[in-house]
Amino acid sequence: MSIATPDRYTLTAISLHWLIFVLIACSFPLAVYMVDLPLSPQKLTYFSWHKWLGVSIFLLAIARLAWRLTHPAPALPATMPRWQQRAAAVNLVALYALILVIPLTGWLYSSATGVPTVYLGLVQLPDLLARDKALAEQLKWVHVTLNYTMLTLVIIHAAASFKHHFVDRDDVLTRMLPFVKPGGER
Amino acid sequence: MRSAASVLIAITGALLLQVATPAAALTVLYDKSRISCVSRQEKVPVEAQFKTFTAQIAFDPARPEAGKTQIEIDLDSFDIGFAEYNEDAKGKNWFDVRNFPRAKFVSTSMRALDGGRFEARGPLTIKGKTNEVIALFTYKEDAGIGVFNGAFAIKRLQYNIGEGVWKDTAVVADEVQIRFHIVVAIAKPAAKK
Repeated sequence: MSIATPDRYTLTAISLHWLIFVLIACSFPLAVYMVDLPLSPQKLTYFSWHKWLGVSIFLLAIARLAWRLTHPAPALPATMPRWQQRAAAVNLVALYALILVIPLTGWLYSSATGVPTVYLGLVQLPDLLARDKALAEQLKWVHVTLNYTMLTLVIIHAAASFKHHFVDRDDVLTRMLPFVKPGGER
Repeated sequence: MRSAASVLIAITGALLLQVATPAAALTVLYDKSRISCVSRQEKVPVEAQFKTFTAQIAFDPARPEAGKTQIEIDLDSFDIGFAEYNEDAKGKNWFDVRNFPRAKFVSTSMRALDGGRFEARGPLTIKGKTNEVIALFTYKEDAGIGVFNGAFAIKRLQYNIGEGVWKDTAVVADEVQIRFHIVVAIAKPAAKK
């Protein structure tokens, strides 16, 4: 397998992709659910879990970005129109940025509310900001807005991969799937 | 005889008075002072402020034993930074401010410790429950202003703070840190020798 144009993503890249996906798929709905709950011990616990998931996503995103920068991704099919290649690249860059920036805005928001983040109940992260209610409200808006932006981009990302798989019948989707042999049956 | 006795009583009285003269009451600068509590919710420390309180403080660092303090905290003024939580804190499970609007501390003794620290002991009453607490603090005077800084820990369940579902200390720890930063104006700027 040549370094310049591998056929598939590496197992590490595939693992990080799906691990981050699963964590976001837990964290996002959990957040939407928990914010409207009446105050209860359970709600506080959910907030803690949400923050732990966010920190985990952030750490994995850094690992993933580092891996991506040192391991080229397989090329898109040459048959793809240029605008689609460009759109895919822009969407990927935006998604990479969001999985890094969204946890950061959550951390900043949490700091501004005066509630520190204690990762897994073990490690207290430093507060990046002093308590500031007005700023907290703004950061909350940014955090939520970026999340729905990400959701939109993920839907486009997933829809495009299904289109590749079911319409174009190329390997753009399968090369990111674990347990699929290169050039194997689909 | 009669007059000698009265002179004796007068002298004794004067002596006693001198010994027991309480320290002068200080003027608390409320806008510079702050009383807060830090609770731990699943290891996460969260500070909340009691925005309204009254304090009568008589204190002379040279004679701390003559000091006397009474602090009353308006529990309705609890602010943890979230409107929803503040509202909940006033309810029956937490402070139950309708029935117990204030927390009260009255010092029964004050004394100096090593290292420029002092301690005040006395009963603290919250939500109808009273327990003895020992508050350690420092006191510094500068430019006509005196600053008390101190803290002590209480067990919230001893005061029934956090009942029902909130009794679980795995969520909100039993121990709560009470912090105070009280600034006073000194009538006579420190010109003692």
